[in-house]
Amino acid sequence: MANVNAPMVGKLVSVDVKVGDKVKQNDVVATIEAMKMFVKIYSPADGEVKEIKVAPGEVINPDIVIMVLE
Amino acid sequence: MLPEILSHSLAGLGIWDLSWKNVIMWAIAFTLMYLAIKKGIEPLLLLPISFGIFAANFPLTGLTNEGGLFYIFYHFGIETELIPPLIFLGLGAMTDFGPVIANPKTLLLGAAAQLGVYAAFFSSLLLGFTIEEAATIGIIGGADGPTTIYLAANLAPHLMGPTSVAAYSYMALVPIIIPPIARLLTTSKERAMVMTQMRVVSKGEKIVFPLLASIIIILLVPPSAPLIAMFMLGNLFMESGVVDRLTNVSRNELMNIITILLGVGVGSTMSAENFLNQKTIYIFVLGVVAFAFATAGGVIIAKLMNLVTKNKVNPLIGAAGVSAVPMAARVVHVMGTESNPQNYLLMHAMGPNVAGVIGTAVAAGAFILSIK
Repeated sequence: MANVNAPMVGKLVSVDVKVGDKVKQNDVVATIEAMKMFVKIYSPADGEVKEIKVAPGEVINPDIVIMVLE
Repeated sequence: MLPEILSHSLAGLGIWDLSWKNVIMWAIAFTLMYLAIKKGIEPLLLLPISFGIFAANFPLTGLTNEGGLFYIFYHFGIETELIPPLIFLGLGAMTDFGPVIANPKTLLLGAAAQLGVYAAFFSSLLLGFTIEEAATIGIIGGADGPTTIYLAANLAPHLMGPTSVAAYSYMALVPIIIPPIARLLTTSKERAMVMTQMRVVSKGEKIVFPLLASIIIILLVPPSAPLIAMFMLGNLFMESGVVDRLTNVSRNELMNIITILLGVGVGSTMSAENFLNQKTIYIFVLGVVAFAFATAGGVIIAKLMNLVTKNKVNPLIGAAGVSAVPMAARVVHVMGTESNPQNYLLMHAMGPNVAGVIGTAVAAGAFILSIK
């Protein structure tokens, strides 16, 4: 079980996986926009996407969990 | 009667006075336009600058003679040193000092990158430039257009065209200049290093910062005041949160208007006589030296800092001290991610990045203080 948090404040551009997808560590799971740059967020661990908690367009910060992996 | 009038008007046609040097300057202008339009390289500046070059190289227009339109832009906007501080007002109104406040050590990295300024300064002296010219060339290493123009107006107005175009061009080349140097000076383990999460900075701290920074910097280097004071005013507008109208006009409308005057004014200084000489070639070479040393300075000081401090920084963020906000920080972020996908350096790199802007303004002030 692992949470994927935003590494920095930014606007969520896209979630690049679906619930039920299996991901490996360092796979791209989401993209945020910060400083006018698209920053890819990589999975911190292997697992299966259990729940996605935010939608594209939302402003997220490091306290917010983007998705839960299992 | 009629033939005389005809021959008189024919003699007044501009085409007879067009020299091959003007045509070369047009070619340079068209190249810059191409880069701005097709490649998206600093279009907001290179487009007005390149058109300024193009228009200033028509014969017989009087545009750049005393009283001419471009002369007025240049004389009242730039020679009087009015526009660069106004640009700084706008930059201040879009700069978030949060990363610097959260990690004040990064100020040191912004200062370290000024090594490039001094490397190019001394190299220029060796090549036979005067001390005023050398300072103006050196400041290219600060990767800050308005500061370069400001210092040129102060010390060496005849070099304003080439130095500012060099500064803006190399800023656009930051993604090419930084990586090889930063890679050479770091191990892949160092580049992969993840930095601890930055603390949250309060609104109160963000309001106090521009005031405190003004007191310290302006007391130490009084000639930096025009740039620093306006930068901090813009920042205070933004952070106070009570003057949104002033914040917005500073960073949008005012900035856009003066960018047009600045670009055309700077471009118009690039007449063929002024630009087509050996000095210009030297300036472009020395500009690369300046950028390279700035990158190296930031990385090396970051590594030295890690020897003595407990909370280590990824040495890559030192490379962002080259200013060129926020491009240098982005480049650093990408390099960090390449070494370790879990490494998100963007915000950490913003600290040295904005500190570099301040550092360059201070370096310019120090030059004026000691030379003028």
